[in-house]
Amino acid sequence: MTTQLFGNSAQHLDQTSHPIYKGFFSNRKKTEANNISDSKKTVYKFRNSNLKVNNLNVYIQKNHILKNVNIEIPDKKITCIIGPSGCGKSTLLKTFNRLIDDTEGVKLDGKILIDGVDIYDKQTEITNVRKKMGLLSQRPCPLPMSIYDNIAFGCKIHGIHGRKKLNEIVEEQLKAVGLWEEVKNRLNTPASKLSIGQQQRLCLARGLAVEPEFILADEATSALDPISSKHIEELFVELKKEYAIILVTHTLRQALRIADHVIFMYLGEVIESGPAEEVFNNPKQELTRKYLEGAFS
Amino acid sequence: MKLKFIEEKVAKALMLFSTFLVFAFVANILYTILQRGLPALNWDMISKVPEGGYFNGGGGGVLNAIMGSLYIVLGSTILGLLVSIPVVFYLNVYLSKKSKLAYIARLAFDVMFGIPSIVYGAFAFTIMIYLGMRTSLGGGILVITLLIIPIFVRSMDEVAKQLPKDLLDATYALGATKLETIKVVLRQIAPGIATATLLSVGRAIGDAAGVMFTAGFTDSIPTSLNQPAATLPLSVFFQLSSPSADVQDRAYASALILTLIVLVISLAGRFITNHFSKNKI
Repeated sequence: MTTQLFGNSAQHLDQTSHPIYKGFFSNRKKTEANNISDSKKTVYKFRNSNLKVNNLNVYIQKNHILKNVNIEIPDKKITCIIGPSGCGKSTLLKTFNRLIDDTEGVKLDGKILIDGVDIYDKQTEITNVRKKMGLLSQRPCPLPMSIYDNIAFGCKIHGIHGRKKLNEIVEEQLKAVGLWEEVKNRLNTPASKLSIGQQQRLCLARGLAVEPEFILADEATSALDPISSKHIEELFVELKKEYAIILVTHTLRQALRIADHVIFMYLGEVIESGPAEEVFNNPKQELTRKYLEGAFS
Repeated sequence: MKLKFIEEKVAKALMLFSTFLVFAFVANILYTILQRGLPALNWDMISKVPEGGYFNGGGGGVLNAIMGSLYIVLGSTILGLLVSIPVVFYLNVYLSKKSKLAYIARLAFDVMFGIPSIVYGAFAFTIMIYLGMRTSLGGGILVITLLIIPIFVRSMDEVAKQLPKDLLDATYALGATKLETIKVVLRQIAPGIATATLLSVGRAIGDAAGVMFTAGFTDSIPTSLNQPAATLPLSVFFQLSSPSADVQDRAYASALILTLIVLVISLAGRFITNHFSKNKI
């Protein structure tokens, strides 16, 4: 792969020769790519979230699903986990918030450190881990209650009960996902009455309401129509100013559009990871190159 | 005409026929009850307790049985819900799909489902003798609770098994403990709870054998749990056993009252179910 795909100038982009990259980068706003200054970062959040995976092995009923995974997720960036189906992307994501615990016959060794704390340590309170990791699933899954209660539910279980405070949070989070104007007059209607794209944004808002540090998205746009899908992508780009976003995606196009950091997995192994420009332009591994070229998917 | 279109027509006709058959039975029962019961039904029937010699054609009504039945249904439904909701929640949220305990529990409830109410009655009766209790409203409530718990558990369980895994995952992802998911689970299976309640109420109010030994029969309305209570099915039974045609007609009138109560409860249940299922995803 000799072509320079990820340059700073527009000329470079026009020179992309490989058919699958055509037009992928042209929509990308320059400011979105890692250009948020350090000073601006601190304005948004003082903390620095950190997720590190050390020698993670996962077995499910004697199948070795994840093999020796060692990765680090950068804060305030969009990390895309890509790879063919069945490569363990979703399993890896599930290990981050320990939803994998409920899987039948799962065995796990290795460490996952969030802000320096091993989340699989016996001392670690599982609900605290999950509170830090907002989840956005493939199909929107609103809770069986009103729009308002969908967002208030998470706050209530974490001890926020005042009506006034809850009202503020609901409004703030619905505004954050651009849903406020659409639903402000019907907050008490069931969330299931919303369109599927609206539901997905509601789910995002619901996750944000418990103040996570990470947003885990498991193919969060694959069930949506193109416009809703674009909406969610734009939200991710906006939200990465405050959160570390980890996005499992099946569509390479999406990764190319919004990824800052890429992890390529194949058959349970992390083949390559690094900044998006590097991985997409100069993949170090033969497999990565083949995957990007569309040799398999 | 091609064979598959003939098949379609025949199958449709058979389905219609089966449906018609069911309706015909119901209509026949209703017709009999109405034909014999309606002339005997009067305000005295539902507003008065039996006077002396009622079962031989004397004055009065079956208010004792109406109230007794309603007390027993109300008490056993509340008790039944209190016991079975935790069971269903535990089976479906705390235990995994392949859990042996869950398997055995479900099997046990299936067996309980099939046990005839007279057996529950006899079982409860021996316990009551052991404890030195008399036949009483409390005993009736307990035995009917035993009778309807399997109905509650199994019908709610079938709905709870369909709980989307995504929904539980989404709730856990917010940092909820298993117990805190109960609000989500209950709302999701609310229609199932309503259906289970309707089935249980129907069974509870219509049961005669279970309450015969345990609640007994009396001409007065019970004022405490220690007093015996009359029930509508037993009242129907005793009136029907009478040689007098007038009293037999009153039995049909009582059956009519029982049917109307079930109808009202079912309609109310439908209404409540619709109200609660609006949030279901």
